[in-house]
Amino acid sequence: MDIGYYPGCALHGSSNDYEASVRVCMKALGVELNELEDWICCGASAAHCINKKLSTALPARNLGIAEKQNLKSLFAPCPMCSMELTKANEAIRSDEALRKEMSDIVETPVTGNVDVVNLIQVFQAVGYDAIAERATRKLENFKPACYYGCLLTRPPKVVKFDDPEEPTSMEELLQKLGAEPVEWNCKTVCCGGGLTLSDEEGVAAMTYRVLQNAIDSGANCVVVACPMCQVNLDMRQADAKKLGLTKDVPIFYLSDLVGLAVGCAAKDLDIERRYVSIPKDLK
Amino acid sequence: MTKPNQDWSKRVEELAHTRLNDCYQCGKCTAGCPRADVMDLPPTRIMRAAQTGDILNAARATSIWRCLSCLTCTARCPKSVEVAGVIDALRQISIETNTFSDESLKVVGFQKAFLRNVRRNGRTNETEMATDFEARYFFRRFDVMNVVRLGLLAPKMLARGKMHFKLGSPVKDKELVKRIFDRCGVEL
Ligand code: SF4
Ligand code: SF4
Ligand code: SF4
Ligand code: SF4
Repeated sequence: MDIGYYPGCALHGSSNDYEASVRVCMKALGVELNELEDWICCGASAAHCINKKLSTALPARNLGIAEKQNLKSLFAPCPMCSMELTKANEAIRSDEALRKEMSDIVETPVTGNVDVVNLIQVFQAVGYDAIAERATRKLENFKPACYYGCLLTRPPKVVKFDDPEEPTSMEELLQKLGAEPVEWNCKTVCCGGGLTLSDEEGVAAMTYRVLQNAIDSGANCVVVACPMCQVNLDMRQADAKKLGLTKDVPIFYLSDLVGLAVGCAAKDLDIERRYVSIPKDLK
Repeated sequence: MTKPNQDWSKRVEELAHTRLNDCYQCGKCTAGCPRADVMDLPPTRIMRAAQTGDILNAARATSIWRCLSCLTCTARCPKSVEVAGVIDALRQISIETNTFSDESLKVVGFQKAFLRNVRRNGRTNETEMATDFEARYFFRRFDVMNVVRLGLLAPKMLARGKMHFKLGSPVKDKELVKRIFDRCGVEL
């Protein structure tokens, strides 16, 4: 399988462990990633707060590059990127005036016909059964709480992915690979990551709520498909402990677990640099 | 700058792609909002203020900058109102009219620093961004605890090999990025 790839700034910055994990896992699954040429930042949470037009133009530039490279689908491992790209794509496709305006602003034609996908959707495209067939080991001992955070399922009308309140797509995949995902209540409860650097007490309380619910539901790890969720849930555990968090919870990317199942080495997946270290029986 | 209120309501509806009067004040957005307890105007009341044309007052609310853009309100609204979109529109208006509260200065400063960074580099450079944010904010209002906290955070990130002092793979056509910003009329 061949797919367009938009890493986004986070994966080329502090979340480069996610990029390593995604690349190694995709290689093992035979998915070829074609990185967009000279991609630019999608604007993240800042553009839509400050200037609506910019929040469409930055993703539009990347969509235009994808169209020029003839990429039918574009994989963005960061859900904030994939949501912003999807939103711009839909808006441009359904509004002729906007199509023209954006093509002018970003200096390349954009029609809005790229299929933007998140990490889970790439696994769905490969096929859960096909992944299970490639598995060389069962994910025994893994009792993950699958965490979708804010942007994988919201806004539902834009991303059109899974159930916005009770998503199950990560659980279904991990079950097939032998893990025992737990039932819990905070799958889509915001962890406060967006507040990093601006309201530390606020983040700690939100992180605590999510992680303690995972622990109380019997999870021995949390699985995410978002670089911001990973770094926030991982790095903030010291603060959450002050609020009563009862134990350390290792935070995996979904690509780590799929990678481990299909025989990738923990070292290649770059899971050693987490704040909360990964216990031996979960490697 | 003293346009009649009606113009502002229209502006919000255009920016947010939603009809303000669709909201029937059920309160579901506030019920699910993870930040409602620290908001002067929680989402339901933001919507009411916007409906009554009280846009500039709503844009002054501290809550619009305490909102995390988690989109829970938008996802759950039974009337399909783009609540988070309305908040974004109010944010944009508050910046254009310079009406944000002192307390919000820090968050606004952070978002602007982020975009300045993208405008300059095409992609974000995290170290440069933290420094810019620091400089802009701390010279105005000195907050010792936060300096200490950030000081503690940086070594933690370094230990994990997470802070990047070089631009990983720089954008080739940086001038194009600046042109995009200018055409959108972004003032930072
Ligand atoms: S949303 Fe984050 S990761 Fe995505 S491009 Fe922008 S800054 Fe980068
Ligand atoms: S990091 Fe937290 S706040 Fe950000 S998208 Fe993920 S869940 Fe939401
Ligand atoms: S949930 Fe929708 S209808 Fe109900 S108060 Fe909020 S915006 Fe209004
Ligand atoms: S987007 Fe903002 S207002 Fe809406 S629920 Fe989240 S924090 Fe509350």
